[in-house]
Amino acid sequence: MKKPFDLYADYQPESFEFNKANKKKVDMIIAKYPKGRQKSATMPLLDLAQRQIAEEGIKANPPVGGWIPRAAMDKIAEILDVPAVKVYEVASFYSMYNLAPVGKYLIQVCTTTPCWLCGSDEVVKTCKDHLGIGMNETTKDGKFSLMEVECLGACVNAPMVQINDDYYEDLTEKTMKEVLDLLSEDMKPNVGSQKGRKGSMAVSGPTTLDKEAKKAGVA
Amino acid sequence: MLSDQDRIFTNIYGWNSFSLKDAKKRGDWDKTADIIKLGRDKIIEEMKASGLRGRGGAGFPTGLKWSFMPKDSGKPHYLVVNADESEPGTCKDRDILRYEPHKLLEGCLIAGFAMGANAAYIYIRGEFYNEGSEVERAIAEAYDAGLLGKNAAGSGWDFDVYLHRGAGAYICGEETALIESLEGNKGQPRNKPPFPAMAGLYSCPTTVNNVETIAVAPTIMRRGANWFSNLGLNEKNAGTKLFCISGHVNQPCNVEEEMGIPLKELIERHCGGVRGGWDNLLGVIPGGSSTPVLTKETCDSINMDFDSLKEAGSGLGTAGVIVMDKSTDIIYAIARLSQFYMHESCGQCTPCREGAGWLWRVMTRMVKGQATIEEIDMLYEVTKEIEGHTICALGDAAAWPVQGLIRHFRPEMEKRIMEYRKAAA
Repeated sequence: MKKPFDLYADYQPESFEFNKANKKKVDMIIAKYPKGRQKSATMPLLDLAQRQIAEEGIKANPPVGGWIPRAAMDKIAEILDVPAVKVYEVASFYSMYNLAPVGKYLIQVCTTTPCWLCGSDEVVKTCKDHLGIGMNETTKDGKFSLMEVECLGACVNAPMVQINDDYYEDLTEKTMKEVLDLLSEDMKPNVGSQKGRKGSMAVSGPTTLDKEAKKAGVA
Repeated sequence: MLSDQDRIFTNIYGWNSFSLKDAKKRGDWDKTADIIKLGRDKIIEEMKASGLRGRGGAGFPTGLKWSFMPKDSGKPHYLVVNADESEPGTCKDRDILRYEPHKLLEGCLIAGFAMGANAAYIYIRGEFYNEGSEVERAIAEAYDAGLLGKNAAGSGWDFDVYLHRGAGAYICGEETALIESLEGNKGQPRNKPPFPAMAGLYSCPTTVNNVETIAVAPTIMRRGANWFSNLGLNEKNAGTKLFCISGHVNQPCNVEEEMGIPLKELIERHCGGVRGGWDNLLGVIPGGSSTPVLTKETCDSINMDFDSLKEAGSGLGTAGVIVMDKSTDIIYAIARLSQFYMHESCGQCTPCREGAGWLWRVMTRMVKGQATIEEIDMLYEVTKEIEGHTICALGDAAAWPVQGLIRHFRPEMEKRIMEYRKAAA
């Protein structure tokens, strides 16, 4: 489990404001829902706040990944005209909202049965050994946080991890290390299958759609 | 085997772009207005005749579901697309969202029109961030081309589509939890009745459909109910289906096949067989984590469709096929699912909240063999106390895998207990 929601922790900033670009996005998000139903925007605004913190956090030393301070929840409650506790409730229910600071790269290893069958234990071990941290810990330089998550819906490409917004699939000990090494240099690894396959096609090539496969040059 | 010309998802592996230009080459958005002009009743009739059953797991007839939407409610109607794909073993909707989003959007317009809705919300799981961004780009393309918005696709029907991102909660795949979440609340399921068709999103008539269900609708309408219903095993298990085969096969993949394809054929033809050969098979979870495991003997001859699998004491679910070979610690494999359900229980109903955690704790001991034989019976009884005693089906889903384990692999559990005792003595 990640760090729990602590309203009075010393890392909680005093205030939060959406920046100029995001203020516009706030209006666009609220406009997606019928008049008077602005509460529906709670989740997208929490996500927006988390992303803003991540953008700002990259410049910090040590860097910080996306998370949602209490001040941001209060701000969202104010914008949407709902009681603050309603926003806290939503923020603490869903697993993707980080309610305490995390590393710049949040590594979420899927360990549910389909990934486990294909070697997620090895992926977990590689991450721990390579980064020198345990589950729910952050490296000293603020770059990596590690956590275990439930099924991320890429079972055919198991084992896999999600790092921030991206999926890295078909991992082995070697490719997991490569991804981590690139990220520690702030370089961008190729997302998706680390075995080079497109989507969820069989690694050795497709068994269907002959005509399309020939055209695409994969048959 | 399904022939290529009968496959609906021709870009399921993403060889071409999802863009409108390429989608049109694949036949999407072709004379959509003509379909709409058939009228509401004719579309629903055609969907009923096609035999399409919901692709999200429950397998409820789609046309019938659409027909439950009231005619003159005086309120706005909503179509909600369930793209909260998170049933372990399942990863088919993801490929539709990122590679074939226009099939989904066109389906939204047709389904929305058929149920009198002027707006659709696509609720996508938050982890599918990149997939969601692609759907958003596809939505923008469709608006620019006049396919969505006022007089959508020249049909005379106004139709808006919005994307709403979830944030990591399996329970939001349950339709009323999804609606709660969409309204800005915790994703906790509602009691039924009232059913969403009467009072769903914002207390308005709402239909929640799975991504695949909506995405196949345009092709069915274009090629006809007859074409679809002639594919598959029989009229109750008709059409094509996306299967996701993961675990111990040589070539895990997603593939569109005919409903009712024998499991063995599915695995041998498309997945390069079971690792180590068919005889190395231990068992298969046929339809996502909540469906009970099948033994090899059943797998030898079972067909992959709703009714065949139900008869075998399991289910087609989402068609997320998890294959396990003989090297698998089957007790741990199921215990890990218990952990999943414990984590994902929304906490609303006591049998599920307390029960799922209890199952996991006992299962953890069963993995080690640190239990008594009688506890296997107690475990089974407790699953029966959870099953059917909760607001939604998550309680059932937590109970079924454990029941399947005890039903088919009890000797393995007993052996583990005896071994533990021997080692302790």
